[in-house]
Amino acid sequence: MSATAITGLSLGGGAKTSAPISWKVPIALTALTLLVGVGFSVGVGPGEVSHVTIETGNSWSGRPTFDLPTRASVIVLALVAALAAGYSWWRASRRLKIGRWVPAVAGAALVVAFLLWAVGGREQSLQATSLLSGALFLSVPLIFGALSGCICEHVGVINVSIEGQLLAGACLAAVVGSITGNPWIGLICAPIAGALVGCLLALFAVRYWVDHIIVGVVLNVLVTGLTSYLFSTVLERHAVFATRVQLPRWEIPLLRDIPVLGPVLFRQNVLTYIMFVVVVVLQIFLFKSRWGLRLRACGEHPKAADTVGIKVNRTRVLNTILGGAVAGLGGAYFTVAAGLAFGKEMSAGRGYIALAAMILGGWKPKGAILAALLFGFADNLQNALGVVGVEIPSQFMLMAPYLVTIFAVAGVVGRMRPPAAEGQAYKG
Amino acid sequence: MSQTAPPPTAGAPSPQTQGRDWRAVARRVAQGSAVTSVLAVVVALVLGAILIAAANSQVQATAGYLFARPGDFFAALGRTIADSYSALFQGAVVNLSASSAGDFLRPLTNTIGHAVPLIFAGLGLGIGFRAGLFNIGAQGQIIFGAIFCGYIGFAWHLPVGVHLVLCVLGAFVGGALWGFIPGILKAKTGANEVIVTIMLNSVAAFFLGWLLTREAFRKPGSSDPLSPTLDASAHYPSLFGTRANLGFVLAVAAAIGVWWLMERSTLGFAIRAVGANPAAAQTAGLSVAGATVWTMVLAGGLAGLAATSQLLSTSAQQLNSDVAGTFGFDAITVALLGRSKPLGTVAAGLLFGGLKAGGYLMQASTDTPIDVILVLQSVVVLLIAAPPLVKAIFHLPDEDRQARKAAKQARLALRTEATA
Amino acid sequence: MRLELCGVTKRFGAFVANDAVSVTVEPGEIHALLGENGAGKSTLMNVLFGLYRADGGEIRLDGKPVQFAGPGEAMAAGIGMVHQHFMLIPVFTVAENVVMGHEPVKAAGLIDLAAARRRVKEISDRFGFDVDPDALVDDLPVGAQQRVEIIKALSRKAEILILDEPTAVLTPQETDELMAIMRQLKQSGTSIVFITHKLREVQEVADKITVIRHGKVVGQALPTASQAELAELMVGHAVGLKVDKSPAQAADLALEVEGVSLVDQSGLTLLDNISFQVAKGEILAVAGVQGNGQTELTQILIGLRPTTAGRISLGGRDLTGASVHQILDAGVGFVPEDRSKDGMVASFNIGENLVLDQVDHDPFSQRGALKIGAIADNARTQIGAFDVRAPGPEATIGTLSGGNQQKVVLARELSRELRLLIASQPTRGVDVGSIEFIHERIVAERDKGTPVVIVSTELDEVVALADRIAVMYRGRFVGVVPADTPRGVLGLMMAGVPYAEAVAQPAAGETTPGGSASQPAAGGDGATT
Repeated sequence: MSATAITGLSLGGGAKTSAPISWKVPIALTALTLLVGVGFSVGVGPGEVSHVTIETGNSWSGRPTFDLPTRASVIVLALVAALAAGYSWWRASRRLKIGRWVPAVAGAALVVAFLLWAVGGREQSLQATSLLSGALFLSVPLIFGALSGCICEHVGVINVSIEGQLLAGACLAAVVGSITGNPWIGLICAPIAGALVGCLLALFAVRYWVDHIIVGVVLNVLVTGLTSYLFSTVLERHAVFATRVQLPRWEIPLLRDIPVLGPVLFRQNVLTYIMFVVVVVLQIFLFKSRWGLRLRACGEHPKAADTVGIKVNRTRVLNTILGGAVAGLGGAYFTVAAGLAFGKEMSAGRGYIALAAMILGGWKPKGAILAALLFGFADNLQNALGVVGVEIPSQFMLMAPYLVTIFAVAGVVGRMRPPAAEGQAYKG
Repeated sequence: MSQTAPPPTAGAPSPQTQGRDWRAVARRVAQGSAVTSVLAVVVALVLGAILIAAANSQVQATAGYLFARPGDFFAALGRTIADSYSALFQGAVVNLSASSAGDFLRPLTNTIGHAVPLIFAGLGLGIGFRAGLFNIGAQGQIIFGAIFCGYIGFAWHLPVGVHLVLCVLGAFVGGALWGFIPGILKAKTGANEVIVTIMLNSVAAFFLGWLLTREAFRKPGSSDPLSPTLDASAHYPSLFGTRANLGFVLAVAAAIGVWWLMERSTLGFAIRAVGANPAAAQTAGLSVAGATVWTMVLAGGLAGLAATSQLLSTSAQQLNSDVAGTFGFDAITVALLGRSKPLGTVAAGLLFGGLKAGGYLMQASTDTPIDVILVLQSVVVLLIAAPPLVKAIFHLPDEDRQARKAAKQARLALRTEATA
Repeated sequence: MRLELCGVTKRFGAFVANDAVSVTVEPGEIHALLGENGAGKSTLMNVLFGLYRADGGEIRLDGKPVQFAGPGEAMAAGIGMVHQHFMLIPVFTVAENVVMGHEPVKAAGLIDLAAARRRVKEISDRFGFDVDPDALVDDLPVGAQQRVEIIKALSRKAEILILDEPTAVLTPQETDELMAIMRQLKQSGTSIVFITHKLREVQEVADKITVIRHGKVVGQALPTASQAELAELMVGHAVGLKVDKSPAQAADLALEVEGVSLVDQSGLTLLDNISFQVAKGEILAVAGVQGNGQTELTQILIGLRPTTAGRISLGGRDLTGASVHQILDAGVGFVPEDRSKDGMVASFNIGENLVLDQVDHDPFSQRGALKIGAIADNARTQIGAFDVRAPGPEATIGTLSGGNQQKVVLARELSRELRLLIASQPTRGVDVGSIEFIHERIVAERDKGTPVVIVSTELDEVVALADRIAVMYRGRFVGVVPADTPRGVLGLMMAGVPYAEAVAQPAAGETTPGGSASQPAAGGDGATT
């Protein structure tokens, strides 16, 4: 732009009008803090104590149990949440961006407050470490599923068939593992099954332009039907297909001794370690590699990709299959990782939860993983509290992650940006 | 150029244009001619036959000495497939070995029984599709319909007629309530309805599970998660003494009502306009938010009615955690197959209802698990959504596709030329 | 490199987009392809670029016949294209966009960002582009995005550069800069195919001109040819862009807009303190380069977006914050700029589209039930009155030509008693025959005493229709000026130069739309902001 063009025009001058402030986050945080903070601290007897046991990972310090005064702890945590809420008011009033960490801190504080409140006054101690490591394991299929969703959506294909891919992976892994008696061979077969479902998704969505969500939903029905049929006719009747095999649990030397983190992260099933690798590789390669650049180009603006010589539909097909394989690998969780034989519909809707995690995480691997961990945590919370003997109706505990997702989708994710061309056939 | 000029986007599709063009989806499905539909069913049956044969122990046994005595193998193959499909047919349409007219037609009434919930929920989902909403929440909406309907049915003791009417209304209100939530969230905050409805399905299931542990919803003196039996005054009257009941009449009436709503009312006009082009609808002063909420309320209400066929049928029913079965998900395929149109939905509902009714007989009499029905259903829907594939399988000339493609390209070309 | 297109033919079904087109582009030449919207220029270039496959004819490079299966092959052969709608990915950085498709990589397929940045730097330094390789494309102004496209093509060693309507989104000054870049490229030996429908630009920069009409080459010309000659070649008959209209009989004020501002969620000021009035029986035309707030202004006037500040009233009635429905009911007719996105439902039939914004009113419905008969009657009447060429009222509107679609939209808006007509880009993508018809209708509505607001990025249209002209730049009204303001002054104002300064610049007063070189009296209807 030449200099003359701008002369004499004072841009943005005059009476400056400002954008309306969005008070959504501060209001939500404040309401939540008041509700939880006041509710939990009032409902506690004065002398109540919460026992929390932590595995330090060191053989010598063992498993210390901390006795925390319930009311005081809850109040402190509520104050932390209140501070976060206050900070969000201040940021909002200055029209500054409120970082994602603010609701995260408030949420974490309130969740811990809830836990302490729940175990307050109980004999049994809350096993904090196993709560976390169990949560990590439970989130394994969700993370694989969500990553599959990320790959597919970034290339422009909506993958609703994660559920079917998990189920197919679980089934083939179990059957092959059982026949060969070797869980590793089963593990290798899991992604193959998922990739086959991915092939079908690619065939119908990319080649025949069928609406992606329709294909996804119908493929889930198809895989459910096929595996259930196989189960009823063959697997159930012949022991050779239904022998349990299990992948080992590895304790990584040295790393397992890191206090708290060691027991949580490094005393896990092999599949969990594979997941760590997949997570890191995807996060890097999706955004920094030639493969990732081309893949995302196809999902953002396929025509632009085409005009620089990228074969859009071929890229979409290959990566949809890859996505299927990743989800299929996650299916191994249900059988060879958990040490179970295949059972009808054993993925039990986890694929849909993984889809939700991916969306909740804003279509990014990092966010998707956090959301999946959140779901895994909520899932395991019920077990952990059950051990302590807390009677909160289990249904409400189980409901919690779904409700959180609804709130998040309505409040936060409403503005997030999916890949621009997702779900659109490229007919160029 | 740094401060205030709104940077026009670099040609990427704007977020507003991302609404799924359900009309286009419906059109695509509709363009699959009757021939394609029939061929799709044929392909599905052939695939099903392969599955049935592969799992049959006799076929497996004879395959072992296929080359020694191929006759045995093919006889076993033929017999297995014929038996299974014959059972499927006789379980769904007419019982050929029946002694009385009632027995002869009984399978048909079973089919109707299985079809009614699919039709109700499918009609609701169809409205959603035409409004551009992908409602996966029929399952949860059925559960909420069942909770309301069931509670009114067993807890209130009312005269014949009034009781039935209130139960049906309750089912509608319950489903509508559960449909209202994703509707209002979508309208007010833009929350993705796919996610919200998936989540609400689970929430509804857990909520029902919790209710059934409560005193008010449990059969007195029992610890099972089962409600008391619904009063007889709340049952649908049987049609001509058969197992088919008034629920079917209601479903057909609902289909006619939905047709009128979509084609002849201003609300339906708005729903269709919003579904086909939300931006234009908004510019024309139609309320996108209103249409969204109404669509979800109606869709939920219709799905809720699906619960009545379970709870109010003469084979006395109780509210239990499995009251919704998988009707909510099956209904998605029904609505897709029915092209989101009322008449099509009724037909698709009857087809899938028949498959289910026949599937039970097949399972009982031939050792073929009913799960094969799921495979048939999904293959049919997939193929009908992709007519070129069917044509490729049967080596049919695919003229419409060529023509469609050419027309599309011409339009595209005109558009690129025209926008300066 | 010498490029020859010999008898290239491209059909879409029965529609012939290119009919045996032959063009030769010599090395180092700027060759203009001149033609109306829809003449087939872009299709021809898409064929050349390998996006479409030709149905007949041959493409030769340096005498050798070539065939491109896709754009990749065309680029490898040394052809680069800057598309009318940029082929850039908004969420990628400049460097990522430039290297996409031929990325420099390190081990394991990771992109070598340093090398990518170098590539961008190298070319942008050579031509003096000021482009940051790490900026997100989404954050760049249009002119800079276009330069990224040029860098993208040059980084692939393009020897022939196709520019498809490159000036459509630029201000006159940015256009001048582009012309300079084109000359510079030519100096360095690159051939340029310059696709446009703007006569002045062709005259200014082209070495040779090929005119295309209805998919056929209708003539060759040199830039020395007069505008009238070129226009006649392009359109096929002598064009009088002037609409016959009597002077406005402006009466009482009708639309009053006071201090309207719009700030979006991210704090970006889209409209900045806009005030104007329109009287009954006059046309106010809003001129400006696309993307300077015109869209937002019309959205606010029709109620699609709420204002952040300011007041809008019509005939004394306050309409600030009213809903679209209320504003339509208040008698406002609205023709949106993007017809197929906002103006019609493509899968609905003509009859349904004709009642789209009146369906809940008498006589088209009663207590929630549609009156099918009344809707059909209305369709027949309007199809006749507006000369819509269609098989019948049941025809799906998506199957009609752009001009006929626009007539349907206009018919819908003009078929009732209006107190205000707002028409945005009323003739975009419309054939010449329909343009005249639509302009006449708009003037007729004015003569009935309706206040009219026209928004157009086509200066010709603005000048043809306006009684007064408002020029918009970056969300502000630079000024409201009389209809006979010289084109040069308007051009400068479109780049943000206030009226007084624009008039004072030496080059500004040279051409006026009417052909007379008279300077308008300054002041009078001068700037209001």
